[in-house]
Amino acid sequence: MYRYDEFDHTLVAERVAVFRRQVERRLTGDITEDQFKPLRLPNGLYLQLHAYMLRINVPYGCLSSRQLRKLAFIARRFDRGFGHFTTRQNIQFNWIRLDEAPDILAELADVEMNTMQSSGNCVRNITADQFAGRARDEIEDPRPWCELIRQWSILHPEFGYLPRKFKIAVTGAASDRAAVKFHDVGLYLRRNAEGVIGFEVIVGGGQGRTPYVGLTIREWLAKEDLFSYLEAILRIYNLGGRRDNPNKARIKIQVNALGIDEFRRLVEEEWAEIKASPLLNVDPAEVARITAYFAPPAWEDLPEETVALDRLRKAQPAFDAWYRANVVGHRTPGYAIVNLSLKSPGIAPGDLTAEQMDRVADLADRFSLGELRVSHRQNLVFTDVRQKELHELWTELARISLATANIGTLTDIVACPGLDFCSLANARAIPVAQDISRHFSDAATLQDIGELTINISGCMNACGHHHVGHIGILGVEKKGQEFYQLTLGGSSAEDAALGERLGRAISADEVPAAIEALVARYKSLRSGDERFLDTWRRVGIEPFQDAVYGEGVTPRREVA
Amino acid sequence: MALIRNGKLVDDIHIDARTLDPVPVDQPVIVSLLQWQAHRDTLLAGKQSLGIRLQSDQPPALLGADLRHFAVVALEFPKFRDGRAYTHARMLRERLGFRGELRAVGDVLQEQLNYMQRCGFDTFEISTADPLAAWQAIENDHTVWYQATGDGRPRALELRRQQAR
Ligand code: HEM
Ligand code: SF4
Repeated sequence: MYRYDEFDHTLVAERVAVFRRQVERRLTGDITEDQFKPLRLPNGLYLQLHAYMLRINVPYGCLSSRQLRKLAFIARRFDRGFGHFTTRQNIQFNWIRLDEAPDILAELADVEMNTMQSSGNCVRNITADQFAGRARDEIEDPRPWCELIRQWSILHPEFGYLPRKFKIAVTGAASDRAAVKFHDVGLYLRRNAEGVIGFEVIVGGGQGRTPYVGLTIREWLAKEDLFSYLEAILRIYNLGGRRDNPNKARIKIQVNALGIDEFRRLVEEEWAEIKASPLLNVDPAEVARITAYFAPPAWEDLPEETVALDRLRKAQPAFDAWYRANVVGHRTPGYAIVNLSLKSPGIAPGDLTAEQMDRVADLADRFSLGELRVSHRQNLVFTDVRQKELHELWTELARISLATANIGTLTDIVACPGLDFCSLANARAIPVAQDISRHFSDAATLQDIGELTINISGCMNACGHHHVGHIGILGVEKKGQEFYQLTLGGSSAEDAALGERLGRAISADEVPAAIEALVARYKSLRSGDERFLDTWRRVGIEPFQDAVYGEGVTPRREVA
Repeated sequence: MALIRNGKLVDDIHIDARTLDPVPVDQPVIVSLLQWQAHRDTLLAGKQSLGIRLQSDQPPALLGADLRHFAVVALEFPKFRDGRAYTHARMLRERLGFRGELRAVGDVLQEQLNYMQRCGFDTFEISTADPLAAWQAIENDHTVWYQATGDGRPRALELRRQQAR
């Protein structure tokens, strides 16, 4: 994991000092809330329905046990005893007092964390595959590149006032677990025809009210050109992105208005000017310095524990269910990757209490070399668990309600805060998620249904990524009532797709029954071990419309 | 209006001619792009120090070879949120080779002076009662930067290397 050196520390400490001064100016009334807003946002401090919310970066999802203990301390000391992990691998605290915010930043700086650019119209937290460096299907660990991009983007003097926020995701794996095609810029580490690893560059993806799957702007970019190419894209966006309407200000709107070919031409033209600039070189020694922090740990020489694990799984169906759903193959023999589900029935997806944080930190020390990851589906991951300790870990996790066997299944729901916290919401999201997870709490049922993602957003801004859920649920408002619009067939993986609207919106109490009907229809139609998404792609929308709205009824399409 | 240049309060010798008609040709002026296009030859004949004020949707490259006639280029921030002039400033300094006074005007906030300076601005029109105090409050805010720009400051990378030596 990356460690700050004295210069990184100085940079963060200086920023905290600046913020402390700005907060003092606000508290003494020297500046108004309006004047304070552009100062607090780039430090991750939002004003929400009930209080200030603080968003803390977890760079590309990597967290140490020491950092997690600090987050637990913050949750206890400055919040109401819990935190919320988001779909961008960050953590948010919802009940922050302004006068204490600078102290929180100072506490975070102690453990090499910060809130810089977690909000505002700038380059946000860089996200990555949560299995980076451990996945079997990876050609190269993306984390050194994420750290290089993080440093390049932090306090970038030219790009602090972009038309809108700018999100970058990176993966080095064949399976896309980072929703790369739904970012302003997405990077896939890829080999070219000569076998050299570089980047495929995606641009203009995003969700919100106008969702787009990102498009390839460059099939292959040499690593040494990374900064100059990013800088060219950001420049073309900074100069040409719309500034008249915040809803149309993301790069995806610019890319699609110009067309990808014209956008590419502009970028390449600018790139030609700066490509050779010594200001933008990717310094090989610096790449080596940073890469060293992500060197594989000293894994022990361990055997695969298949036989022993099989025995335990046969003896204990609950362990078996957890193993199948939550344990993932590791690139090193004798080790496993373990998902900790933050989606136990009745919990707001992504929430973790201070007590759980402390316990998870202890378990990370005991079972996973003191490190963990945050996934963009709002779960946690232990990356280096010895297979022989899986059963023991499972027992420990179950004690703190983090062993729900549901990763990638229907109750591993992504949901935004919705009307419970968010001032923009049309409808609640968390209670809908809770209803569904209570309705489908049986592990064997979930396993039989298999991979099926549900994403819920409380309004068109799509913070819960409903466009890319295999089943998406969007809160809409009709005559002051909350309704839910279902979409089917979305995917944020390498087979990226936007969901298609199923039919008229339904009420909250109809949602679990509708999901039930969709699942039943899938089960009756699937062939072999086809996933829900595959069946949908094969049979199309009609059988699913029939299932929800009744045989032979052609549902009215409406604009939500 | 009082200006901050290289950390000091200075007087502006140029007059803002944007609303003046006819444009004075016998004293230093800052004109708009439209005025420049309309009165280019007269202004040049006047042999006075010239400045031009560009809006955020007027890229400096539009000036082409005329850039050399200007002692001052003033880039306007219509709202602090409009960040286009940061890019324009870097283009002026790092691509078009402009060595004259690069002035930030409009909605110029104390908190943005550091970024502006790094992008090549050397003169600031800050709309507060005490612009010098505003400058002094922020000038030492940041000693470490990750990026290199045309201002020649070492980035963290170079600082690391110096220390290792
Ligand atoms: C409760 C306060 C929140 C507010 C007011 C809010 C507001 C918004 C708005 C207005 C957008 C649309 C931006 C655009 O399209 O340009 C957005 C996007 C987004 N939000 Fe939130 N949000 C909130 C909380 C969250 C939380 C808790 C999460 C994580 C679970 C989240 C994750 C996202 C993501 C990932 C996007 C990007 C979607 C995209 O444009 O591709 N937000 N948010
Ligand atoms: S999707 Fe809408 S309701 Fe949900 S958090 Fe975003 S803005 Fe709020």
